[in-house]
Amino acid sequence: MLIDSPVGSSGLEGRLRATLPTDVDHASARIVDERSEHLRVRRHELDPIFNQFDSGVMITIWDGGGLGYAATSDLSESGLARAVDTARGWARITAGAMITTAAPSRHATGSYESPVEVTWDSMPLTDRLDLLHQQSRLLGIDDRIVDWSASLVRREVDQLLLTTSRDGAEGRVEQRFRFLYPGLRATANEGTNTQTRTFGANAFCGQGGAEVLGRFGFGDAATRIAEQSLELLHAPNCPSGVMDLLLAPDQMVLQIHESIGHPLELDRILGDERNYAGTSFVTTDMFGSFAYGSDLLNVTFDPTVPGQLASYGFDDDGTPARRQHLIENGILVRGLGGEVSQERSGVPGVANSRATSWNRPPIDRMANLNVEPGNSTVDELVSSIEDGVYMHTNTSWSIDDSRNKFQFGCEYGQRVVDGEIVGTVRNPGYRGVSRTFWRNLKGVADRDSFTVMGTPNCGKGELNQQVGTGHASPACLFADVEVFGGEQ
Amino acid sequence: MTTVSTSTGHSDAQGYFDELVTAATSSLVGDEVLLANVAGERTDFIRLNNGDVRQAGTIDQRVLSVDLIEGRRHVAGSISLSGEHSTDEARVAALLGRLREQRAHVLDDPFLLYNTEPVSTERIESGTIPTPDAALADIRAAAAGRDLVGIYASGDTYSGFANSLGQRNWFQSATFNLDWCFYLRADKAAKNLYAGYDWDDDAFAAKIDWSAQQLAALGRDPVDLSPGEYRTFLAPRAVEQITELLSWYGAFGQRAHETRQTPLLRMLVDDIALSPLLNISEDTAGGVAPNFQTSGFVRPDRIPLVTNGIYAETLVSPRSAQEFGIATNGAGDHEQPESLAIAPGDVPNDAVNEALGTGLYVGNLWYLNFSDQAACRTTGMTRFATFWMDDGEIVAPVNVLRFDDTAFHLLGDRLEGLTDSADVLLDTSTYEQRSTSSQRLPGALVSAMRFVL
Repeated sequence: MLIDSPVGSSGLEGRLRATLPTDVDHASARIVDERSEHLRVRRHELDPIFNQFDSGVMITIWDGGGLGYAATSDLSESGLARAVDTARGWARITAGAMITTAAPSRHATGSYESPVEVTWDSMPLTDRLDLLHQQSRLLGIDDRIVDWSASLVRREVDQLLLTTSRDGAEGRVEQRFRFLYPGLRATANEGTNTQTRTFGANAFCGQGGAEVLGRFGFGDAATRIAEQSLELLHAPNCPSGVMDLLLAPDQMVLQIHESIGHPLELDRILGDERNYAGTSFVTTDMFGSFAYGSDLLNVTFDPTVPGQLASYGFDDDGTPARRQHLIENGILVRGLGGEVSQERSGVPGVANSRATSWNRPPIDRMANLNVEPGNSTVDELVSSIEDGVYMHTNTSWSIDDSRNKFQFGCEYGQRVVDGEIVGTVRNPGYRGVSRTFWRNLKGVADRDSFTVMGTPNCGKGELNQQVGTGHASPACLFADVEVFGGEQ
Repeated sequence: MTTVSTSTGHSDAQGYFDELVTAATSSLVGDEVLLANVAGERTDFIRLNNGDVRQAGTIDQRVLSVDLIEGRRHVAGSISLSGEHSTDEARVAALLGRLREQRAHVLDDPFLLYNTEPVSTERIESGTIPTPDAALADIRAAAAGRDLVGIYASGDTYSGFANSLGQRNWFQSATFNLDWCFYLRADKAAKNLYAGYDWDDDAFAAKIDWSAQQLAALGRDPVDLSPGEYRTFLAPRAVEQITELLSWYGAFGQRAHETRQTPLLRMLVDDIALSPLLNISEDTAGGVAPNFQTSGFVRPDRIPLVTNGIYAETLVSPRSAQEFGIATNGAGDHEQPESLAIAPGDVPNDAVNEALGTGLYVGNLWYLNFSDQAACRTTGMTRFATFWMDDGEIVAPVNVLRFDDTAFHLLGDRLEGLTDSADVLLDTSTYEQRSTSSQRLPGALVSAMRFVL
């Protein structure tokens, strides 16, 4: 370890406890210490290894109907004292001007730690680099492959949330996360035709150690990725028309994220995001009755899945996290909103108030948002298709600011006719409307295709924040979707 | 209005950075070379919804990044700085120790290139910005009776480069920006931005008046347009979304050209041109971004990217320079413009409605991506103020539409003209830190734009 993590440092924790005010309605200190290593071999050459070390604290004070925060990387006694003064000043300024004045009532105590089977450090740096060079050799197999890379990013994030309030109550939540993000990419070109295949478009990531590589078959994927990038060069364009659409799990990630996850965020529904990320076609009166999808659709918020990217024990407000249904048999039952949004909206929510790091305040975010498996095999779903396309791996995403009219593109398509896969198609895309799209869900594959994945960089919020969200899904079949291909 | 002035003269942050790098340089071993970059800010943020505060606070952050080089072998890393000397010197020393350990495991980097001819620069822009309580009071007063949602940010941002060869570059500015919407209902809103170095009550009032007028126009009953092709005027903020997408995916970068991933691939392979009306440049002199990059190269004032619709130059990072055998022009590693400018045309800015006649006035586009990147076929949504116009008069706001069209049409054979003035559009992005990017863009009149949903 480069620098001792401040999380777990009794000296720092003591300073924080001594500095946090006890004469306010509620005060918190959220320390985040992050360490990461970024390795990439591109076109057989190693990029400079990059190591990142970041630590700081956000002090938040609710008092007298006001709220203020101050974030600083100065963890000295005087630095913490200045941050407390700054946060107090903001609480005074905002008193009487706040949207909500109810200070958090919770003081949680507990801990969470990512499950790790094989620690990353047990794999020496030379072995990591050898693995990437080996993948690079498997990717760069043809002169038509003009760009390729293999990468590994390891992140360790330790967090400590301390709370206190005027009544003397205290809370303490310690969480230690270990993440791994493997990546593979091959780009093939002939003339004006350029095709790229990737390792799940960055979705094959999760919590854990080196075992995450095996979880997604990292060592076996490069050859297939390279060959498929070449195959796409000579594949016909995806046909256009209204037809059945079978989505592989590594496209379902995106479909869930954009057209279920974001529309159900309560802060969007409450209007906080209208100037940036947008609003939602979902309104508060729809919870409990709205048919979001067909009765095959079951969506859970589940931060308890071992090894999924956004598993945790508590959100950044200190609310204990647990598995809850958002959509049950097609009916919308619960929103994605933390304690503050639940109080503002009157809608039941979940423990999803999350921040990117110490220098951003928590807002409503997705965590693990999963489509529960059904009863069909993928073969059965394919057999049921008379005229359709089976699409794999997201490459393009666009959706309106109400999260309704969307258009998504995939890297790789397979034409399905009369229940058989008859060939590969390139530039597959489709468009639809969230409000009705999920009602055309007519098949959900079983656990055999159920894949636990994640989205490493979900952007949202003012101030802008990127966080990792988890998504798990089997393959899913939709009816009557507008499908299209590329230009040439 | 109570105001404070910041960023005057040689700043504390600049001196601190210099001391840290000087100390680190003295610890180098043998022929080691150190490249160092710092990025920091102390920013007050106020997030608002419906005119009230959702969250407010101050963020004080500074990150030091270093490259430690010996011969052609090097590794890199970054640490957050505490601002306390002994703590930070120890952190830097620990980081350099880690990098030395790792360097033993790497081979020569064939693409390593850094500036070895020190050119030191300094640019400090001072500002007069409101105190937080004064800013909040002014904004809430302007919002009274209206549904204002958005973010106010103000304070110092800075970035610096230094190396063990004696080069020092510093960029610092004190700015504010209020990025907001007045909402009428649902997704109907007037979007605006008030940003600069010196807060001016009259200028702010003028911005508020403009938004209020647009809000009134949005009050008419909205219409749904069927998919199809429509004559369209794209306001500068809408053009910005197109150029931003092109930039993000390497349209102006050497690496994307060489690896055939540029969305403008057909310009390279098929000699297709954009409109002869189109002149795009990286206008560092006219922007607000630093004129140096992380390997110490100083950027030229202007790099022509597209001239009369034909590719001119690309942005070449030091690594691409080595990889592809071409001189660097000081681009960042991502080879994206930071101060992109499109030269104005001859459509009078005050007669845009008349020039459009009957068609769509698109104030903003949103969430663009490619339907077919190699063909530069692009999709995205209209957002905020979009109006159906008839004979130069507003008929009604239009409910959101999805377009799917290529830049070879929108900025090519269907581009009828560009407005005779360009707007300076500051990037309000705050991912990791406040952006210093900007674009200077005119509006674009397009004979037909394809909408699909």
